[in-house]
Amino acid sequence: MKKILKYVIIDILRNRIVLAYTVFLLALSLSIFNLEDSSAKGILSLLNIVLIIVPMVSILFAAIYVYNSAEFLELLVSQPLKRKTIWLSMFAGLSFSLVLSFLIGIGIPVLLYEFSATGITLIVSGLLLTVIFVALAMLAAVRIRDKARGIGAVILLWLYFSILFDGIVLFILFQFADYPMEKAMVGITALNPIGLSRILVLLKMDVSAMMGYTGAVFKDFFGTATGIITSLLVLSLWILLPAWLSVRKFNNKDL
Amino acid sequence: MIIANNINKNFGKLKVLDNVSITCNKGECIALIGPNGSGKTTFIKSILGMVVCDSGFITFNGKNILHNWQYRSDIGYMPQIGRYPDNMSIGQLLRMMKDIRKEKNTGLDEELIKKFGLDLILDKRMRTLSGGTRQKVSASLAFLFNPAVLILDEPTAGLDPVAAEILKEKITAEKAKGKLVLITSHVLSELDDLVTQVIYMQEGKLVFQKTIKELRVDTGQEKLSKAIATVMLRK
Repeated sequence: MKKILKYVIIDILRNRIVLAYTVFLLALSLSIFNLEDSSAKGILSLLNIVLIIVPMVSILFAAIYVYNSAEFLELLVSQPLKRKTIWLSMFAGLSFSLVLSFLIGIGIPVLLYEFSATGITLIVSGLLLTVIFVALAMLAAVRIRDKARGIGAVILLWLYFSILFDGIVLFILFQFADYPMEKAMVGITALNPIGLSRILVLLKMDVSAMMGYTGAVFKDFFGTATGIITSLLVLSLWILLPAWLSVRKFNNKDL
Repeated sequence: MIIANNINKNFGKLKVLDNVSITCNKGECIALIGPNGSGKTTFIKSILGMVVCDSGFITFNGKNILHNWQYRSDIGYMPQIGRYPDNMSIGQLLRMMKDIRKEKNTGLDEELIKKFGLDLILDKRMRTLSGGTRQKVSASLAFLFNPAVLILDEPTAGLDPVAAEILKEKITAEKAKGKLVLITSHVLSELDDLVTQVIYMQEGKLVFQKTIKELRVDTGQEKLSKAIATVMLRK
């Protein structure tokens, strides 16, 4: 496992995209913290960027990388190596490089300017989102053989999680406005890792007071230790489930 | 050494392997012959576990290969079209393969690397290599770890006559050491003095597996190419 991981990471780091991504995130977070007068406001602006850009770059880069490594995978599969090891090394290598970029680009500036519970929640959820979207990309790439279709599917997945899902939730809320939906909403947020991360960070910011009764219910649940642990578990499930499914598929794939 | 038992494989609706059963023993040099699309490469890939067959099983040294991977350290595989990571150089690729397979170091065999002159172009990137040079890299990798079984898919396609001759000599030498060699090729004339057995496949079905002597007696032809032609016409 270690050997293949080494080659995957060397190959990714040789790729300039990850470096560019790091520099971009760093420039972005530094300029936001320097433009906003209070760093708490800076966190709020940064949050929206983290929730849109980090998943997009993670899922797109990971998917394209897996498709472009078809030759590498084919070569390794004909060697005395476990398929599971090959696939998990790929996953670990991608996650590690993107997590490293995120830590340098967003993590360090946040720790410097806003070392608080909110800042740390933002970093943790950004890290989890990176790994979640790498796992989703791996799942899409192993299921869809054609590169163009695979990348298209990955873009749709990202659109779904970052835009469409909220639309669907709003639609449901309006349709069932006469019923008490607040408790159910807590359950529905588990279906979208981006939404879940957003709520986790927002609740740490005390702006939840402006979110009405639903906000209060959220605060009741996500504000407690059990709530936070549950949401972290749900986010880890979002990593484990796609990763497990993709390993299972890769084990029986014809190359 | 390798026993395949009633293997079936479908790609969608297309039946690529239809109840193929084959036995390959140590010290043999077996030619896998058949028209294009007869399932030769798929069969080879299923031995390597790159293609997972729908039903039937393959054993290697008496062990089922399904979800097993250690057995591949006894196999050297030369693919029909060698596909390698583009931005790696030949040297990096060789080093990586040595690193990955080092656990069972039975002595490296770098003869082909030297004879093909690959050691002089170690820093060339795989992307810039011609088809023939790629084939040379594939061949060198297949022989590098001194495996007990060699599986060569169209080994001489794309090689110049000098390189093809070097490779043929190497195959003969390895066969003499008692290794199992499995070759597919369309250039039958070069298999003549090499092979001891012939497996003939057509449309995913095994037509026959015969020793070369039996084939010569059956068809009354001395040359392999003529013998196969006689068989094909008979069908």
